[in-house]
Amino acid sequence: MSDVLVQSPVEKKPLLGKKERKLITDPLSDNNPVTIQVLGICSALAVTTQMKPTMVMALSVTAVVALSNLVISLMRNAIPPRIRIIVQLTVVSVLVILVDQILKAYMYDISKQLSVFVGLIITNCIVMGRLEAYAMGNKPFPSLLDGLGNGFGYGAVILTVAFFRELLGSGKLFGFKVIPDALYEAGYVNNGLMMIPAGALFVVACYIWVQRSFAKHLEEKE
Amino acid sequence: MSSKGNSGTIVFALVVTTLSAALLAAAATILKPAQDENVLKEKQQNILSLVGLNGPNDYKKFDQLVQGLVIDQEGQQVQGVEALALDLALEKKMNTKNPAYKVRYPMYVYRDPSGRTTYLLQVAGTGLWGPIWGYLALNEDGNTLRSAIFDHKGETPGLGAEINTDAFEQQFINKKLLNEQGDFVSVKVEKGKHDASMPHAVDAISGGTITSNGVSKMLEQDLACYLKYIRQQSTQSLPL
Repeated sequence: MSDVLVQSPVEKKPLLGKKERKLITDPLSDNNPVTIQVLGICSALAVTTQMKPTMVMALSVTAVVALSNLVISLMRNAIPPRIRIIVQLTVVSVLVILVDQILKAYMYDISKQLSVFVGLIITNCIVMGRLEAYAMGNKPFPSLLDGLGNGFGYGAVILTVAFFRELLGSGKLFGFKVIPDALYEAGYVNNGLMMIPAGALFVVACYIWVQRSFAKHLEEKE
Repeated sequence: MSSKGNSGTIVFALVVTTLSAALLAAAATILKPAQDENVLKEKQQNILSLVGLNGPNDYKKFDQLVQGLVIDQEGQQVQGVEALALDLALEKKMNTKNPAYKVRYPMYVYRDPSGRTTYLLQVAGTGLWGPIWGYLALNEDGNTLRSAIFDHKGETPGLGAEINTDAFEQQFINKKLLNEQGDFVSVKVEKGKHDASMPHAVDAISGGTITSNGVSKMLEQDLACYLKYIRQQSTQSLPL
């Protein structure tokens, strides 16, 4: 996705300079909201049994975090400091309700599968975290990019988790059978642990393990 | 950030909330028709799947495949109400508020190609946390269940929510509503092992006792009303 943005037309000042690109790529790896900051874990456990609803969830969170970052950044100088949290919450809630309504109208089956978890995006720490940490103090365009980056970072992790959970838990990907019947006849069984939320914890833990073994600088110094 | 007085804060809050409310109201109004259509489609698909019509486009022919009618709790047919438009849960709520109010029940009559009639019935009740509902297919004899579907709004996953699993629903196939004397006894959801030798009971869900009891109760209440109508029909002639 970031590649597409990089190719967009360049005016006087590059639309996506090094700093802007870093806003998108950082949350994908070194500053991932889920695996590094350990935010938004709750929904990462709850919605990741299958790829399809996970995909919709990832897109929904990306839309909410990017748009709320943009809106809050536009209003940042007008928001009275004393009520800033509740204003942020209002903006996030409006966006989440919009997403929920749109899903109910156009993706009814998936909206039923995701049930309360779309509504719970309001309480996803990534969203409020980005608003407080970034959008309140930065210009709209960088804030939008920061939101997109964090949305993608969240999406990358939950899609990876969903990939392993659906593959090992039900032998499918996006609802299509990928593990051949012959293997089942040979005695292979689906892993029931992957179907319950605890399974996601194991996958997230392995993800963090792999990530840290490649990126040594993330380790805390003794 | 400029420091603002109380009035500035209040004005800002008012503006933000008013705009948000307007935006949400507009979205809800615009998207309502599409959402209602989804709910209706799901209901039609549920009802048709009772008699094995699971095709993705079967619901479009709903009106040709089944004939909807509305009866009241005394088993009398009610004219001028569309079965699909009737909200059974709301009807029952009106009755609890005002016992003189007669609950109206939607039902659908399906004739398969061989000419056999099946009654498709809707039931509604309460589980542990909220509404539960179901659809049942009853054979022409007004006694034997052909299939059942249940669903719920928010029962506990793994416990009460199990009522919408195939394992639970399939237990209802071939269960009988009448005892040997022909009296209505319903089908009860009970603890213990149940098999074909027990025509009036199915296995309850462990840990889902209140939901299970809710299912028993709604079946007993609602099926009794449907049977009043169906029995009248069979004493006269075949319906339709």
